Amino acid sequence: MRKILLTLLFVLFGTTAYADGHCSKPSGSINILANDFPALRTFVETAKGCKGSADFKVTHSSEHNKIAVPALTANPSEFSARIAANSSIVPLMNQDLIRPMDDLVKKYGKGIQDSQLITIDGKVMAVAFMANTQHLYYREDVLKELGIPVPKTYEEVVAASEKIRASGKMQHPYAAAYKAGWNLAEEFVNMFIGHGGEFFKAGTAEPNINNAKGVATLNMLKKLASLSNPDYLTHDSEAIKVEWESGKVALMTLWASRSGTLLDDEGDAKITAATKLTGPATVGGGNIPAATLWWDGFTLAKNRSDSDAEATFIALAHAASNKKMVADAADQAVWLVEGFVPGPKSIGVIEAVKMGAKPYPMLPQMGLMHGALGSEIVEFLQGKESAEQALKDVEAAYISKAKEQGFL
Amino acid sequence: MPNKTFFWFFLPTGLAMILFIGLPIISTGIQSFYAQHDQVVKEVKKCDPFGCTVSIVVDQEATSILRDEKPLGKFNGFGTYIDRNHLAIEQISDFWKETNSFGEFINQVTNLPFYKALLFTLTYCLFVTPNVLLLGFIIALSLNAISRKIRGPLIFGTILPMIVTPLVGSLVLFWMIDAEGIIGANLQLMMEDPYLSLKSSRTLTWITIIIYGIWHHSPFAFVVFYAALQTVPQEPVEAAIIDGASRYQRIRHIVLPHIYPVVTFVALISLMDNFRVFEPIIGFSAEGSAQSLSWLIYDNLVNEEVILFGSAAATSMMTIIGIAILLAPVLIRTWKEFRTAR
Repeated sequence: MRKILLTLLFVLFGTTAYADGHCSKPSGSINILANDFPALRTFVETAKGCKGSADFKVTHSSEHNKIAVPALTANPSEFSARIAANSSIVPLMNQDLIRPMDDLVKKYGKGIQDSQLITIDGKVMAVAFMANTQHLYYREDVLKELGIPVPKTYEEVVAASEKIRASGKMQHPYAAAYKAGWNLAEEFVNMFIGHGGEFFKAGTAEPNINNAKGVATLNMLKKLASLSNPDYLTHDSEAIKVEWESGKVALMTLWASRSGTLLDDEGDAKITAATKLTGPATVGGGNIPAATLWWDGFTLAKNRSDSDAEATFIALAHAASNKKMVADAADQAVWLVEGFVPGPKSIGVIEAVKMGAKPYPMLPQMGLMHGALGSEIVEFLQGKESAEQALKDVEAAYISKAKEQGFL
Repeated sequence: MPNKTFFWFFLPTGLAMILFIGLPIISTGIQSFYAQHDQVVKEVKKCDPFGCTVSIVVDQEATSILRDEKPLGKFNGFGTYIDRNHLAIEQISDFWKETNSFGEFINQVTNLPFYKALLFTLTYCLFVTPNVLLLGFIIALSLNAISRKIRGPLIFGTILPMIVTPLVGSLVLFWMIDAEGIIGANLQLMMEDPYLSLKSSRTLTWITIIIYGIWHHSPFAFVVFYAALQTVPQEPVEAAIIDGASRYQRIRHIVLPHIYPVVTFVALISLMDNFRVFEPIIGFSAEGSAQSLSWLIYDNLVNEEVILFGSAAATSMMTIIGIAILLAPVLIRTWKEFRTAR
């Protein structure tokens, strides 16, 4: 955390003379698997600029999580690199599908900063290039008109939303991606961490969510859900973005990486002008935000020849240290690359880091917990069961899965 | 056809079936009896742009030794079948002891993922199959009765729901019933309830999916029934008309007995299809309120970052068994008729 602050400070006061990242013309075959959003497209495009004589292919897919493990398990694997994040690197680590790249970093990674390296047990397993988090967006005009200060906690978000609803301006003033499954579970993870919760008993894979913090988390989620569009269980990030742009929402928790599409020239100019970003909210009197920090970085497939790995690394390292890219695409993401000058769209992430937000837990069994949360807390939100029962169900579902996977 | 000719005729199909259906089912069956090896984890230091922490990772060296010894994993017998996420034998016996009333017991049981999914799957089958048969038959009869000139375009219109890709069909309806969509918003106006949502209520979601299922599957029944209606001999029908039989009587006593085998066939296929209901759940984003057995398998394979092969295999096997049980009465009946016919 301190590292990123230092990076940002360095960036602010550092040099503004942009030099192109160097490129030592690789050869071989490069094939990249990545999620699909603008910043990643820019990143991969930049890497392509340094493909040398290598054969360069890329697959951008929002279904990347479903492809990654099978595609990298094959030998030789389909992809030579995979753009991963804190959570999606875990299954690759669990299955031993990615290779350490210390020697490559030493040889070709000149422009990469130390803070970008993801090291596990002393070995560099990934190189991060952007940061992400979920934070609050608000409609300045609506809040001003009703005399509501910008909320800093979720309790204030609830109070503000109730006031907006009471004023009759909006029926469902709050929005967050509560789609049953991954998205909903992510909201739980954020809120639970905001309450100071730990998902597992220290040093074990035993679940630890059926407690007062878990109940408080669920109650807050339910309160927020009651202030959202009644279809909230089917709404993902894209759907709430559309709701926001249609002017039916005044407060929203959404990914920082989506701020670009909210603040672009498309859509109602009045809404865009009144859309403001602020840090993530805290909850329950806690001082760390109810949000998780994420990084996106590249990993190299293990089941691929050394020469392909080398070629892939050269191209991707070129992008991960490219000052021109971060200057040109400064509004697409919060880049961790040297030379990045944070703009107004980066406020969310920078605030989150300042407030001491925690990174998403990078534990081998976390994916199972995330999966169990996504389906088992739905009935509580629908009012069909108590918070305690829902948490008991989550733990039971998790335990069965963890037993099958050999974690318990 | 002599048995020998039939054998050679069937051989290529049979081989393909063994290769592409039989063997995968056997492989799935074997996988369902295995679980992953116990994970060997170790504590390591992890550093990322946000700082360093001490955390755990899977010890790859130790794990690869285990994996090389037994590549299939740890033998688990029926362990996966009876765990909480499947048949949940232990939990159910606990519920039986703990709960005071039968209603409460049923509530607890249907809260378990497998039974929750089974309940929806069976409800879906029970409502969709008969309605598909009925609607398909009525449409076939009506279309058969109208002028040949306009029959072509009408038939095309009728089978449209089947031509439309299931996912697209459900997505269209999904957007229409959204609280901001044309049907959803008008319902809110009509009911004067701004919080009414077809998607957030479980019952309404079920009804929506069932109606969609009927809409989507009826054309299949219609096409088959319509074809069958063309084979109904005209002489007995004309004789019946002369005898003064009403339209209903003609259908009841001549048409229905004639196309009865086809009805059985459509019922069988519909039941099988409906038991594997899956696309509408994805299309309607209805995971929260409605889960089917097929959706459980999908969830185990793709929704987790860790793929649960054992769980998915066990649910697959139970789906196959479920279909077999559902079809048993019809199959036994057909077999008996076949025997008496010979």
